[in-house]
Amino acid sequence: MSPLQLCLLFSSALFCIGLIGALARSNTILVLLGIELMLNAANINFIAFWRFSPSPSPATGVLFVIFSIAVAAAEAAVGLALVIAVYRHQKNIRLQEAARLKG
Amino acid sequence: MNAVLIAIALVTLGAAAVAMTLRNLIHSALLLIASWAGVAAFYLWAGAEFVAFAEVLVYVGAVSMVVLFAVLLTRRSRDDLTVASDSARRAFSGFITGGAVCGVLFGAVIASPMGVMSSPTPTVTVRQIGTQLMGTHAASLLIVGVILTVALLGAIVIASADRKDNSEDTP
Repeated sequence: MSPLQLCLLFSSALFCIGLIGALARSNTILVLLGIELMLNAANINFIAFWRFSPSPSPATGVLFVIFSIAVAAAEAAVGLALVIAVYRHQKNIRLQEAARLKG
Repeated sequence: MNAVLIAIALVTLGAAAVAMTLRNLIHSALLLIASWAGVAAFYLWAGAEFVAFAEVLVYVGAVSMVVLFAVLLTRRSRDDLTVASDSARRAFSGFITGGAVCGVLFGAVIASPMGVMSSPTPTVTVRQIGTQLMGTHAASLLIVGVILTVALLGAIVIASADRKDNSEDTP
């Protein structure tokens, strides 16, 4: 098995762990962490393809991952702020109980 | 070379999987820090040192602290750090969905012909990355900066306490 396939299997497994966490848990923070794991798996794919395939310009994959990490950091900050806002209204961060749009 | 990759993958996946099943949120967050450190080790293994250090700074340093703060700010009492166990039906359906996606992805990866390409390791120096960021990708860099600023301002506005609501809420 080539190293590229191993990397892709690694990232697929990490993606699925994040997906299962995001679907199966009902705590909002854990759902957000599952989404972060899925984003990390995508970044692993970028780096794997950058490393094991010939590319016209040598820094493309690295730059892609840097931008992706920046956007993921913004997403995490906004998501956790939303968690705190939901907690202030509902005194609870279970997903099932945050079913109202009006606070 | 493959053995190192498999070791890194096992540590990362194990930490992530255990973190997603624990009931104590603090333990979950700490295990996820280990998982992110494993991802950074993978980047080092692949030769992308700059990305590895960015991962350590952003995830192991910043995102984990934000997560720990969110856990501490949203608990109901001083000792309440565990979450109630989730319904078995929800866990079961999540597991079925994730397992199906996992099967499809694994099948696709194993079935696709990816021969061993003898391409040399691409070497990227930090100087090259900086030149590219400031030259070819200057527009993207500016856009990412604007996105980060707007997102963090939005996070502060969303999470900041509304004074009037608070005084009404407190008995």
